[in-house]
Amino acid sequence: MVHNKISSPSFLEEVEAESGEKVRICYQCGKCSAGCPVGYAMDLLPNQVMRLVQLGLKDEVLSCATIWLCASCETCATRCPREIEIVKVMDVLRRRSSAEGYPSAVREVPIFVNSFIGNLKRFGRLYEAAFVGTYNILSGHLTKDFDKVPAMLSKHKLSLLPPRIKGISRIREIIKRVEEIEKK
Amino acid sequence: MKYAFYPGCSLESSASEYRISTEAIASALDIELVEIPNWICCGSTPAHMSHELLSLTLPAYNLVLAMNVGTEGVAVSCASCYNRLKQANHAMQDPIKRGKVAEALGEIYDGTVPVKHMLEIVSEIGAKRNLKDLVRVDLSDIKVAPYYGCLLVRPPDVTNFDDPEDPQIMDRLVEVLGAQVVKYNFKVECCGAALAFPQVEIVKKLSGQILLDAKESGADIVIVACPLCHSNLDLRQRDIEKYLGIDLEIPVLYFTQLMGLAFGLSPRELGLEKHLISPDSVLKRIGIKV
Repeated sequence: MVHNKISSPSFLEEVEAESGEKVRICYQCGKCSAGCPVGYAMDLLPNQVMRLVQLGLKDEVLSCATIWLCASCETCATRCPREIEIVKVMDVLRRRSSAEGYPSAVREVPIFVNSFIGNLKRFGRLYEAAFVGTYNILSGHLTKDFDKVPAMLSKHKLSLLPPRIKGISRIREIIKRVEEIEKK
Repeated sequence: MKYAFYPGCSLESSASEYRISTEAIASALDIELVEIPNWICCGSTPAHMSHELLSLTLPAYNLVLAMNVGTEGVAVSCASCYNRLKQANHAMQDPIKRGKVAEALGEIYDGTVPVKHMLEIVSEIGAKRNLKDLVRVDLSDIKVAPYYGCLLVRPPDVTNFDDPEDPQIMDRLVEVLGAQVVKYNFKVECCGAALAFPQVEIVKKLSGQILLDAKESGADIVIVACPLCHSNLDLRQRDIEKYLGIDLEIPVLYFTQLMGLAFGLSPRELGLEKHLISPDSVLKRIGIKV
């Protein structure tokens, strides 16, 4: 089935080095996929992702929907008889997919992630109202969850004012240093 | 007993009732919670998905702040914050990661500040003194499905919380409070978590399975220990009902609210009016005027 696809021989080693997980020892028992709560919605099951990483089929892995649908619930990692921390592998695949410019098969997920990270960089704590607003605008789902707003406001479950914390400039400096170290 | 309290972002807004009820039961149990001054977001799931070093540095920053509070450790209410703080402590055993975090923070954090979820703190107190002595309200008519979700129990080598497949800590608490524990299948299944934003259909399916199984197993209420689980199970319950084509109408309480009710605190003191699915019918059955 894979004879006409291009293999990237170093891909397995790179994923293993970055995740700290030995993907090569996966023996395809399928336990991760059997317990995966989101497996029904995935294009590749978790064990198939592991197999494609072993085979170096980088394009297939980095453009699949599975890496974006994985909810990081850790059921797979908890049950893996080879003790592979599969979520750490998924994290590496998500980051590589974004960094190398693969179009996300589930476009809303990276928009969600980036809206969240942008919000916390700016405010230090999550400013929920602004975060949801940013996500809705960038994703194009403009009115998502608007029906929840009246009840949340009347029950004082939605703060309209941004969080205020002392030392935000030091926090922003730390985040900047994190980005510089990550680039190295 | 004094803890550095890390409330986390949700307890500041969408889960304000979790904060109110946590502080109420802490006071009833003589737990002193000192909020970590100027704590920041733990980074939650989006940080580890996108930036590994950020996902470790944000919790480490908070744990360094907690050291200055000078206590027995950090008390956390949110399962996701709990998981990220423990993940950071775990990762600090790796000298390379420790070094990178130190470079970012400008100081060394060695990963040794103890992190406990409020459920663990309550359970430890329960091992020393009989919590039954504090129970003032008879809950014996109420059937409770304890829902643990993912991030308290998994991955077990990081959280070291309880049995990852069949945890008992909340089950035992419900028994001590005098209510009935419902055995059901979905206590550690995922609610869909943060997919509530980008893939809400998945959350409706997963959270729907949990609520339906709890209901069919006879539960009057579900109790939770995580703001995101609560949001998916309570705030989205009407959407889930439409998705499933059935009425669920099952109140979802924080475990702290059930404790407070058992201890005789008023619904107002526990923020019980803040849920979308009203618990009034259950409150009436235990003799509380609503």
